[in-house]
Amino acid sequence: MAFTFAAFCYMLALVLCAALIFFAIWHIIAFDELRTDFKSPIDQGNPVHALVLPEYSIHSLFCVMFLCAQQWLTLGLNMPLLFYHFWRYFHCPADSSELAYDPPAVMNADTLSYCQKEAWCKLAFYLLSFFYYLYCMIYTLVSS
Amino acid sequence: MEEQGSCIERKLLRAKRGPGGPAQSQMQVPSGYGLHHQNYIAASGHYSQGPGKMAASPLDGQCSDYYSGLYTPPAQKVAASSTASHEGAQQVYSGGPPAPPLLGAPPGLVPGASSTASLMHTSASQPYPSFVNYYSSPAVYTANSSAASQGFPATCHYSVSTVSNAVHPSVCYSSPPPGDPYTRVFTSQNALVAGSGREGSFPGQNAALSHPSALGPLPSQQHQQQQQQTLSGFNTLSWSVPGLPPAQDNLLRNHAGSVASASNSPAGPVAVSPAGPGMQNVPPPRPVSTVLPGAPSARGPPAGKYPQESAALGTQPSELTLQKGMQYGDYVNNQASSAPTPLSSTSDDEEEEEDEEAGVDSSSTTSSASPVPNSYDALEGGSYADMHSSSASSPAPDPAPDPDPVPAPTAPQSVRMAKPFGHGYPTLQPGYQNAAAPLTSGVQPSGPVAFQQYPQQYPGVNQLSSSLGGLSLQSSPQPESLRPVNLTQEKDVLPTTPVWAPVPNLNMDLKKLNCSPDSFRCTLTNIPQTQALLNKAKLPLGLLLHPFRDLTQLPVITSNTIVRCRSCRTYINPFVSFIDQRRWKCNLCYRVNDVPEEFMYNPLTRSYGEPHKRPEVQNSTVEFIASSDYMLRPPQPAVYLFVLDVSHNAVEAGYLTVLCQSLLENLDKLPGDSRTRIGFMTFDSTIHFYSLQEGLSQPQMLIVSDIDDVFLPTPDGLLVNLYESKELIKVLLNALPNMFTNTRETHSALGPALQAAFKLMSPTGGRVSVFQTQLPSLGAGLLQSREDPNQRSSTKVVQHLGPATDFYKKLALDCSGQQTAVDLFLLSSQYSDLASLACMSKYSAGCIYYYPSFHCTHNPSQAEKLQKDLKRYLTRKIGFEAVMRIRCTKGLSMHTFHGNFFVRSTDLLSLANINPDAGFAVQLSIEENLTDTSLVCFQTALLYTSSKGERRIRVHTLCLPVVSSLADVYAGVDVQAAVCLLANMAVDRSVSSSLSDARDALVNAVVDSLSAYGSTVSNFQHSGLIAPASLKLFPLYVLALLKQKAFRTGTSTRLDDRVYAMCQIKSQPLVHLMKMIHPNLYRIDRLTDEGAVHVNDRVVPQPPLLKLSAEKLTREGAFLMDCGSVFYIWIGNGCDSHFIEDVLGYPNFASVPQKMTHLPELDTLSSERTRSFLTWLRDSRPLSPVLHLVKDESPAKTEFFQHLVEDRTEAAFSYYEFLVHVQQQICK
Repeated sequence: MAFTFAAFCYMLALVLCAALIFFAIWHIIAFDELRTDFKSPIDQGNPVHALVLPEYSIHSLFCVMFLCAQQWLTLGLNMPLLFYHFWRYFHCPADSSELAYDPPAVMNADTLSYCQKEAWCKLAFYLLSFFYYLYCMIYTLVSS
Repeated sequence: MEEQGSCIERKLLRAKRGPGGPAQSQMQVPSGYGLHHQNYIAASGHYSQGPGKMAASPLDGQCSDYYSGLYTPPAQKVAASSTASHEGAQQVYSGGPPAPPLLGAPPGLVPGASSTASLMHTSASQPYPSFVNYYSSPAVYTANSSAASQGFPATCHYSVSTVSNAVHPSVCYSSPPPGDPYTRVFTSQNALVAGSGREGSFPGQNAALSHPSALGPLPSQQHQQQQQQTLSGFNTLSWSVPGLPPAQDNLLRNHAGSVASASNSPAGPVAVSPAGPGMQNVPPPRPVSTVLPGAPSARGPPAGKYPQESAALGTQPSELTLQKGMQYGDYVNNQASSAPTPLSSTSDDEEEEEDEEAGVDSSSTTSSASPVPNSYDALEGGSYADMHSSSASSPAPDPAPDPDPVPAPTAPQSVRMAKPFGHGYPTLQPGYQNAAAPLTSGVQPSGPVAFQQYPQQYPGVNQLSSSLGGLSLQSSPQPESLRPVNLTQEKDVLPTTPVWAPVPNLNMDLKKLNCSPDSFRCTLTNIPQTQALLNKAKLPLGLLLHPFRDLTQLPVITSNTIVRCRSCRTYINPFVSFIDQRRWKCNLCYRVNDVPEEFMYNPLTRSYGEPHKRPEVQNSTVEFIASSDYMLRPPQPAVYLFVLDVSHNAVEAGYLTVLCQSLLENLDKLPGDSRTRIGFMTFDSTIHFYSLQEGLSQPQMLIVSDIDDVFLPTPDGLLVNLYESKELIKVLLNALPNMFTNTRETHSALGPALQAAFKLMSPTGGRVSVFQTQLPSLGAGLLQSREDPNQRSSTKVVQHLGPATDFYKKLALDCSGQQTAVDLFLLSSQYSDLASLACMSKYSAGCIYYYPSFHCTHNPSQAEKLQKDLKRYLTRKIGFEAVMRIRCTKGLSMHTFHGNFFVRSTDLLSLANINPDAGFAVQLSIEENLTDTSLVCFQTALLYTSSKGERRIRVHTLCLPVVSSLADVYAGVDVQAAVCLLANMAVDRSVSSSLSDARDALVNAVVDSLSAYGSTVSNFQHSGLIAPASLKLFPLYVLALLKQKAFRTGTSTRLDDRVYAMCQIKSQPLVHLMKMIHPNLYRIDRLTDEGAVHVNDRVVPQPPLLKLSAEKLTREGAFLMDCGSVFYIWIGNGCDSHFIEDVLGYPNFASVPQKMTHLPELDTLSSERTRSFLTWLRDSRPLSPVLHLVKDESPAKTEFFQHLVEDRTEAAFSYYEFLVHVQQQICK
């Protein structure tokens, strides 16, 4: 029973993961509203944009922490998403201020359904990782 | 107030400008602002009444306090006019009556018209006045109806003239007065024959509307009944006999009324016989006036058939032919009556029910239920409750198992539903075939498009086929468009006549009702049943739209309730089915709706209980005058702002002279009403505003040099009423070109100027025209040069096709939100990063014009082009604060849009402005199988504010059959539409991925589709490259696309040129785009009158199309290439001296100057022919193209030769090589 750095990482990750789950749900709702014409992409895009960068930075933050804590398995599980985030970040249009969701393009049914799928997948991933972090936290606390 | 005033003073560094400008040295008195304050409050209050975000918001920041007094007067006017808008709508009709005299007078207009014909014009023009009085004086209708229902002999004369009248308007493409195209629609007949074009294919609509007895949509079984009620039944068949080119289909249908009586006369055959290319098969009754009637080379270039028609009609048919025609008509009639047309069988039933059910309808009007909407899409889409279901994926109630309380009519109905929509080629009933045969033969003038051939019916059909590039007509069961063509062996794949759009394989009634292919085309005219089938065919599925096309005649409907489906908000259209008198079934979502009480009454016939005869149900293109339910704010006035670059570069280029001149000339022709406002801004490193307020003695120039924080120097007087301040405007326009002659300012603060323009425009919305001559170099939105000249001919990566900054896109989105469109005129000699600048127009629904190396004296042809473009630009029709929604049958969904707009919702495009030259493309996918339907429909609804301040909705509906076999899918390919859609997709691909990817995708499109065809449909095991006849031009067009400036590699192409070509691909309508991709080449040194047509007293020769290859050029000849926006005349150095002398006006080849842009008016036959041919080509399009004379040895000839796409270039395949390449890819 020891309060290691790893345990701290998992605790923090747990809290942050809850935030990410909230973000993902927010995205899902936002895109759904877009699809059903309740909002215009110009008005609506903004809260989404506001959440993209925090999401990316939170996720990279605990990736870095797991790296420091030498939790290789956890890090490995997070790697694909991390790379995906990097890819999105560097592939967005011009100024990157409109990060990822381009108002003129987002309403194309293809893009929209892609964004929706992405949000659902992320939600699933964050939910699973939430329980995984919970388990790992208890495990690290109990063991050692 | 004082404080603000002083703030202004501080910022206005140089409020006065010296003698250089027109500005007097009075400064705007700051205290003057106080006066406006009250007004401002009133104004903003007024605007905020408009619900939702579209209501003009008060300006933000410091400006908001005192600036908006500017807007008060218009606001009030807006209010006033909006209340009056309904009456105004009525006036549209009653205001028209000058029309009849005009119509009565066509002898002068219709040169060849015989005396009889002209005599008949008076009677023929009756339909028009009746239209004009549309609702107010029904008496006319009765008169007409009685006339129409007379016996055959009596009406046959009438019909001749009627037809000629009706056809003429169709020819009149060249614009009706842009200001009020509706009211003066008939006067445009003056221009008619001069103008021409497939655009004119809605000619007879008004006539149809006006004619009471014309509305019977269906041929009925009883002869008697036909005469009395459903005259269009005649129409249907008689017209179908001679056969019609596709574009004419609508024409005929819409003619129903006026033409109905024509059915027994030669008019039908006469009108049509010379019409289409390849129409040589038309049987005897043929008093054609073409110089060599029936000459095999009779052809219809872009607009060919209409002039021909009119010419034909102008002549007096001989007595003999008259009789023949009548017999012929009779024959057809009999055919008609015996033909099993399912719809007709029930018309009796409906009539009978009428009495029983009259007046018990619980009519639900579309508008009544909707709460105050809060956005435009809500408006267009209707009430909230329905919004959800309007999205494509939502489950709409499918009443397929119809819970119908009235079983009796339902049973036949369901049969009816299924039957007419058949498309199985081999299974047509014999009677139907008889009647249909001539139609189909006429319908496929260009060969690759039609499905059915009934060679046994008319011997003439064989002639047709022989003229179609060697298409032999075996009596095979295979539809013509499926005939396998061995591309590698077929030498002349390009027909000598223009390619027409294929006609969907619908039953005849629907065919006639269907939307004109000029407005609405689908890449596959046979929609595959499942996505799997579509994937197998490897062809793109999508729509190409030209929704705001200039139409000469358009049914305009004023009615309190616009009937729409309650679930999907579809407008009622010709393809809905009436379950009984009281209910109709939506053809998009299959919901059963009630017919509102008002709709039961037909204002045309003044009869009750015939909802299926209302104009909405008789025309697939209609325009509604919308009620206030379709407004979020009072309709805006027309507002035009010109933002002009006056830096050194711009002054040097001298465009201001051209612009100001054009503006001065067209000031009175600007579309608008009494509220029209106009403003000017100029900019270099500072921004100059011009106060033109009424009462000033001279325009005042106000300079803002604080470009980091742009503000408006004065609240009003910057956008002024055009009529009140006309004198000041003229003074300014006269002074502008010379005001900056000595400027040394080289910088350009475009970004801040645009911000200022946005602030100026945002309260009202409107159109901003930006003239820019260099890279913006100051303030927000400044750009760096990104082009590496050494990479221009690189075959590898082409970079920088996307924008460098988001500034212009964001600005455009802001503008779009405030209903402001930004049109960009880029006149630069150097790289100006069009890729970034174009964003300002792309997302705000503007348009882009680019004039590389513009100089008003050194480059006169560009100057001329600018002048011509400006003339069109300033005077063409314009629609403000528009939205366009595209709906399609449940099961289909739209996924990508192409064009200049902002996508607001999955099926809603926000268009701040709409202009007649804007085209759109939509990609479709099949989400659910279409197995339970045999038809799909597409509907675009464009809601806009006309320049007269009326809210209008233009609705187009297209109906297409669904097929389940791959062969049928291939049979229905519209190759031009497919190529245009592919081009749009390729542009997206090159921006998002890379140019080489896009090129590969284009080639793969050909490879995939041909190999799919070869492996599944074709059972030939040839060594060659086999394609169905419908796709035989596909490789050629794709090759042309690969050699287009937008996509070519290896040839030196400036980045701006490339980007501009891409912009054009995205925003041009199909007609213009095809010319750009694959120009038309003609030989013009030996023009003869063979097959010529008569237009406006002139004989227009019709030379055959040549393929784009140098092998067709000879040193002895002169050739004309029609590239849409430019004409090239290439003269070989051994050119016939007669031609040079007679046409060019020079003694020999050597003395012909290098730069020649006009043909002299010489009094020789060949000169006359050449000029009339050129004029005729010019008149068929909105933009007047510039002529370039290219001598064989001149350096400009590369310009010409780059369009010869079938030839090999250093970097690209020849056509044959390309085919071999494709074949290799297929075999791999």
